[in-house]
Amino acid sequence: MTGAMRGRPGRGRAIAGAVLLFLLFLLAFAGPLVSPWGWDDIDFTAFLSPPSAQHWFGTTQSGRDVFALTLRGMQKSLIIGLSVAVLSTGLAAVVGTVAGYLGGWADRALMWGVDLLLVLPSFLVVAVLSPALGGSWQALVGLLAAFLWMVTARMVRGMTVSLREREWVLAARFLGVGAGRTIVRHVLPHLASLLLVDAAVNVSVAILAESGLSYFGFGVRPPDTSLGTVIAESRGSATVFPWLFGFAAGLLVLIVLAVNLLADGLRDVLDPQLSPVSDASEPSGSGPSRRADAADGTRAGAGEPAVEGSAG
Amino acid sequence: MAGFLLRRLANYAVLVVLAASLAYVLAACALNPRANLMDRSPRPSASVVDAELTRLNLNDRTPLAHRYLTWGDGVLHGDFGHTWEGESVDGEMWRRAWVSLRLLLGGAVLGGVLGVLFGAFGAMRRDRFPDRAATYGSYLLLSVPVFVLAVLLQYAAERVNAMTGTQLFAWVGESTPGAGDGTFGGLDAFADRVRHLLLPMLTIAFGQAALYARYQRGLMLDVLGADFVRTARAKGLTRRAALLRHGLRTALIPMTTYFSYTFGMLLLGSMFTEKIFGWHGMGEWLVDSISRGDVNVVAATACFAAVTVLLAGVCSDVLYGILDPRVRTRAR
Repeated sequence: MTGAMRGRPGRGRAIAGAVLLFLLFLLAFAGPLVSPWGWDDIDFTAFLSPPSAQHWFGTTQSGRDVFALTLRGMQKSLIIGLSVAVLSTGLAAVVGTVAGYLGGWADRALMWGVDLLLVLPSFLVVAVLSPALGGSWQALVGLLAAFLWMVTARMVRGMTVSLREREWVLAARFLGVGAGRTIVRHVLPHLASLLLVDAAVNVSVAILAESGLSYFGFGVRPPDTSLGTVIAESRGSATVFPWLFGFAAGLLVLIVLAVNLLADGLRDVLDPQLSPVSDASEPSGSGPSRRADAADGTRAGAGEPAVEGSAG
Repeated sequence: MAGFLLRRLANYAVLVVLAASLAYVLAACALNPRANLMDRSPRPSASVVDAELTRLNLNDRTPLAHRYLTWGDGVLHGDFGHTWEGESVDGEMWRRAWVSLRLLLGGAVLGGVLGVLFGAFGAMRRDRFPDRAATYGSYLLLSVPVFVLAVLLQYAAERVNAMTGTQLFAWVGESTPGAGDGTFGGLDAFADRVRHLLLPMLTIAFGQAALYARYQRGLMLDVLGADFVRTARAKGLTRRAALLRHGLRTALIPMTTYFSYTFGMLLLGSMFTEKIFGWHGMGEWLVDSISRGDVNVVAATACFAAVTVLLAGVCSDVLYGILDPRVRTRAR
């Protein structure tokens, strides 16, 4: 966080989200080092025991340590969320810029594909295909990424169409620079902030989708574990044995909250229209938050079809 | 406008056909109903399994193209085939769609009203305490997955039940068998249904309200400083009246798009709520049929989902045309 960012709206949220996320990462990856139990250890002296000095988060029905299981699940959920976000935003950037820059039939074909993928019920397709592809978490990452990129690709395409006519892009084209090179050198840098925010949003969407699928047994599957599978294990007995459910659910909510804060803060920080100067000219910083919220509304609304699994 | 709508409808129809076909082919390739049948006890003989699979048009030894054509031919005649148990998919689908509708209508309406109220209220008191509270509240709610929210509500309901010593909330199924046999008959049965509806309805309403509150706040902030609101103030209306009568009305128009799309999505997207609260609606059906490998049902629900989403799109186009005077006059 450099001095250039000082006073920007959204800075507080971005920092709070980043710090919280860092702490959660620390817990997920350093926590197992201090835990006396491994995630696949079974304590035959304690079945379904409540939290104690021995088992900090209690144990499951089969005598596994909930603390170790939850942290293991967090690792998986975080890794899946990050990889899905990187993949889907990357795909959106490639498809969107290519469609927007080339235009013509390539544009029409790609956008038609986008329409088609938006109509397919993503939850259903991922749930059907994930076990068929071997049920590994890498396959799940690929499938989730394949259904998250469409709306962003549309936005990127729209921006590329307008960027295509700008002087520096025209200059590059007339100098004989190839399409691929022009896109990478002269178009993509102008979309960087949009893509960064989109990737951040996708992390939380992916984590929610993954845990939802795993909850039903369509995502990460035992013996592998994610936050969704840990929560699923408490199905039906969550109110009787709250430790089976509470810790994993709480951490899942914290992760998503941290990512959402970070994404929302970043959106405001990176928006060139929301300079600190204009913020100061208006009392109580009303202008920026207002535009940001409106933009957020359209973005989230358009993004909804892709995340059907988490809708209700 | 008619030509535009027709072209849009044709485009939608092509998309629905493609989506349903793709879903069928994917499900037929990936799911394995044979394994499920073989697992029955006593173990059926291979020829019996084959005959059963062929009867349901699920036999993986028939070429996929052939199965697809049989299925497609049925669908064109309005017949989605048979479920795993041998019942007609059509009848079951209507029954379940109706169950889902009973669950969702209340939740969606309540969520929509709450969301709009909180969003508009927050925008009118921008950056003051009520706005902050509503904004952060919706932040938090949007970060809570449905299956967590549902359990939290169950937990709270259990406490309320224990504290008041009544069975105010019930959370298994849609009704208690034999609830209408008491002295008040139908009235008792109705009250029982309402008690079962409360929790799942709240689960859906909370999530919806958080989403709508964020949209509505953004839309409302956009009209706060609009010319027509200033004009309304100038003609002597109070700020509140000007904002409610002129501002909110305008800010509600784009919301129709969100309302219709989310509702279309909810019809299938409520699987967590239905699963957790034991309602036998469309969402539950989808989840169960995927685990069972019931290809015909999976394809039918995919078709249903595509149709509802696209119908929602048509609905929002039409509503927009009716509500927004600018679209209306341009069409004439």
